[in-house]
Amino acid sequence: MNFFIVSLIKSALVAFVLLTALAYIQWVERKVLAHIQLRIGPRRVGPHGLLQPLADVIKLLTKEDMLPSHVNKFFYFLAPFIAVMFALISIAVIPFGTEVKIGSFSTPMQLTDLNIGVLFILGLSGVGVYGVALAGWASNNKYSLIGGLRSSAQMISYELPMAMAIAAPLLMLNSLSFRELVDGQGGFYFGLIPRWAIFQGPFPQILSFGIFMIAAFAETNRVPFDLPEAENELVAGFHTEYGSMKFAAFFMAEYCNMVTVSCVGALLFLGGWQPLWPAEYGSQFVPTLVFAISGLICLYHGFHPARPFDRFTLPVFGVVFLGIAAIFLVPIVATILLPLFWFLAKVSIILFIYIWIRGTLPRFRYDQLMNFAWTVLFPVAIVNLFVTALMVALTSK
Amino acid sequence: MDAILFLLFAAIAVVCGINVVVQTHPISSALSLVGVMGSLAALYLLLGGEFIAAAQLIVYAGAIMVLFIFVIMLLNAGKEKKLPRRLWVKFAGIPLLAIFIGIVAFVIQRMLPVTEGVKFGAMTHGNPQELGRALFNVYVLPFEVTSVLILIAILGAVVLASKEIE
Repeated sequence: MNFFIVSLIKSALVAFVLLTALAYIQWVERKVLAHIQLRIGPRRVGPHGLLQPLADVIKLLTKEDMLPSHVNKFFYFLAPFIAVMFALISIAVIPFGTEVKIGSFSTPMQLTDLNIGVLFILGLSGVGVYGVALAGWASNNKYSLIGGLRSSAQMISYELPMAMAIAAPLLMLNSLSFRELVDGQGGFYFGLIPRWAIFQGPFPQILSFGIFMIAAFAETNRVPFDLPEAENELVAGFHTEYGSMKFAAFFMAEYCNMVTVSCVGALLFLGGWQPLWPAEYGSQFVPTLVFAISGLICLYHGFHPARPFDRFTLPVFGVVFLGIAAIFLVPIVATILLPLFWFLAKVSIILFIYIWIRGTLPRFRYDQLMNFAWTVLFPVAIVNLFVTALMVALTSK
Repeated sequence: MDAILFLLFAAIAVVCGINVVVQTHPISSALSLVGVMGSLAALYLLLGGEFIAAAQLIVYAGAIMVLFIFVIMLLNAGKEKKLPRRLWVKFAGIPLLAIFIGIVAFVIQRMLPVTEGVKFGAMTHGNPQELGRALFNVYVLPFEVTSVLILIAILGAVVLASKEIE
């Protein structure tokens, strides 16, 4: 019974945090994009637009739920459901940190540690294609259909190099469970260089990390591979005919896939919650330092406000950040929070790169996209996998 | 718990399987086939073959069936037309089907007599290491022959397609 209660609490917590994070990633994206394009971004709803996600949710919930008359009703309703369901399930096998210990009670920071965790994620991402493909087909609209077709072709093509890029670190670390994979990346070379998969011998996986990231952009239909929803050609691609909550489901699925892919990248290649340098050189003070500096910057700008509103909001943020910095100095809490901090930091960096690239790169043409997958990415991934296998075979006892 | 899950997924597999035949629209049939593949993966999981289950999900449900649906969408295949059936087909169909299934079941039972019951989670040799070792040691010849066969099929498809283009 204890197991059920603990699982229930953990599931509720993960679901709440994930859904909130999905809403706020969108806020961060809008803010970062705005600053890349020399704008300010959302700042009407709440201080610095922080309540904008809430306003968006209310807007999407209260919009009229339109049902176009020319659609195939069953599949039209099924498609967003499939898309969002398979996107949300995959968070279940992602580990966030080592474990939580309260007295004699301890539980891993993960919903379930499958021994085929990596394959589970790959399988779900493969099945998730149906949501997009069906949405395009059921809408009975030429733009939607082309969007759906493009998307399924693109996702099938890029799944291959992605799976091959994932297979290379699996060969080196010799496991399929995320937790064991991260444990295999612990420790340091010469007491300084981390043994993350991208630095680990016998064959550092930098190349497969690159392939994985490129394929991940295509798998999640993000710029520069967002052809399924290319606005200037296809209106909105596969979700042209969708409104209100059904549109929100596709939106959530896209952002959730982004989060999952970033988590997988951080776990497989960037060492999960393993710190960047050993604790002897003070890696446990990094979170304190980061939050303290952010807090001080906020306080400074609060006392020298650029806009009248900043006088009230920025000092509050500053105090909150300083408080978080202080929490990381408490030894009992820090042992739990430090792995979580490192993991979330790596995931956030990958997510930031996603947004950064969206603000920087133009969209591929469709034939370029397909040529790139089959004539560049796929051969490189095969060669990389082959060399890794050879090195592992030569060096293993 | 295992028995309940087995019955649930077995029922889903059978219902989806019947649905593949009954549905008139190709997309509905293909999606029902995806349901069959998915519930088969769940059944493998119940027996303890985690890797096989994941491979079933990735290869069949995730890749092959997506290609099926892709082709159906590309050709924009519509509903199939139903022709009126002949009278003797209507009446003799189900009894003949029952007899056929009975014969098949009888032959299988004779050829492969049941030695012991299947247990849930009994399959312990299904992890990737042992599977890989078996594929590349004991069964390396059938494995390689199969890959050559598939390669020939791909080449044949390419040749046929290129003739079409010229």
